[in-house]
Amino acid sequence: MNVSLFLTQFMNGIGAGVIYASLALALVLIFRTTGLLNFAQGEMALFSTYVTWWLWDGGVPILPAILLSVSLSFVGGAVIERVVIRPVESSSPLIVVIVTLGMFLALNALTQVIFGTDAKQLASVFPQRVFDVGGVRLTAQTIGLVAVLVLECVLLWLIFQRTKAGLALRAVAANPTSSRLVGINVGRMLMLGWALAAALGALAGSLVVPATEALTASSMQAILVFAFAGAALGGFDSPLGAVVGGLVVGVANSLTIEYLEPLRDVELLVPFGIILGVLLVRPAGLFGTQRVERV
Amino acid sequence: MTLLEVRDLRGGYGPVRVLQGLTFTVDDGEIVVLLGANGAGKTTTLRALSGLIGAQGSVRYDGVDLLGRRAEAVARRGIGHVPEGRGTMAELTVEENLRVGAYLRRDRDVASDLERWYTLFPRLKERRDQPAGTLSGGEQQMLAIARALMGRPRLLLLDEPSMGLAPIITQGLFRTLADLNADLGVAMLVVEQNAMLALGIARRAYVLETGRIVTSGPAAELREDERVRKAYLGM
Repeated sequence: MNVSLFLTQFMNGIGAGVIYASLALALVLIFRTTGLLNFAQGEMALFSTYVTWWLWDGGVPILPAILLSVSLSFVGGAVIERVVIRPVESSSPLIVVIVTLGMFLALNALTQVIFGTDAKQLASVFPQRVFDVGGVRLTAQTIGLVAVLVLECVLLWLIFQRTKAGLALRAVAANPTSSRLVGINVGRMLMLGWALAAALGALAGSLVVPATEALTASSMQAILVFAFAGAALGGFDSPLGAVVGGLVVGVANSLTIEYLEPLRDVELLVPFGIILGVLLVRPAGLFGTQRVERV
Repeated sequence: MTLLEVRDLRGGYGPVRVLQGLTFTVDDGEIVVLLGANGAGKTTTLRALSGLIGAQGSVRYDGVDLLGRRAEAVARRGIGHVPEGRGTMAELTVEENLRVGAYLRRDRDVASDLERWYTLFPRLKERRDQPAGTLSGGEQQMLAIARALMGRPRLLLLDEPSMGLAPIITQGLFRTLADLNADLGVAMLVVEQNAMLALGIARRAYVLETGRIVTSGPAAELREDERVRKAYLGM
């Protein structure tokens, strides 16, 4: 076996896995605070990525464009929670799931109506360089994405463990009624959870698209499936699980494509296989707690 | 001085009206106990007071109208609620549960309050870094009370503090409540199945039946009341 080829593919997998991990983190954020799976997460990220493209296309340099889009998405996420999710929040979980599916379709259509259906090119913040480390090909993109993921994790950890708002977010996830009784505005915390998730998605989308061929309305769909697989593998209520799960899915996918000839054209088999396997063997995921009741 | 004045409180869940017009008061620094059988409306009364459910009538607290305010606004007014079943935030550590209790506070004495309740409940200090869900029932009850106290309430609503606890633990708990009342001057409205213990620390008591107050008076008198003894003290 060619070790450097294996390691190159492994690192490619990490590069893709970092994006799945980011989006999986967003899914976990919303699941932990509101107990629901946000099927529209990918399309929220898609819309945000188009906003990044629109800003960049209009002359804003790529880095400020991404930061601006992330900030706008933060606000947008909060608005979506308040306007779309809150009114149905107390109905049956099935209805909420249908609403997020409806949002999936609506955001996808809205993206095409506003930005058109032609493929867009988006600049990358990372230089187009490839490093050769002992025969292993490492792109600047992969290194940059890993750094961004590490930064995201550190930031989220600081928010959740070191700030009052983070403590309140976790309190709401643990016991909404008790949280209200100590004076926490639960609605505001749910908005904050959605806002953070939307911002994470915007960042992931804006960073991944330059690596793919172009930005189209279907750019985020496969990524969302991989992110779901990662979150399922790690456990839907575990941020650590989301990161590990996302990376594992990325690497598994990349190695499958390299080494399993027949699966090359049906790469979605890997995430679906992982989701199925986890549900059969350990429904709570690797790092999750056994308490997943709402879907 | 009257701290809480409830008049003609009516309410319930959806079309089910549990409270049929309650009128009672709690004075500043006083312990009042609400007695009644299961389903009489005790928990509903507390939930209506702290804004968890809607209700009609009038609730005056410290000169302001409470009814119609949201739970977080009621908490802001200085009302602590130790809910039925303790309301533990199971995934948070013991210390995080206590810190959440101080959520509304902006002062710098949170750390010293933490130490204060750790001194009173040493078991909580020993387990400060454990997930609160791993505590025993008695410890979780202490945690729920300490969490409410972290908000420095003037009025504490306690819902069945003895539920699920061994008798010896319950006795200690009620002694602690009496001490807290004496030390802090915090008023308490206690809903309790264990009428004997509750009447032991209360100054006054009300007896609830199907959403109405049927008897009231000084706790010492109700302990001798023939009907109360038969119905709630099992004698």
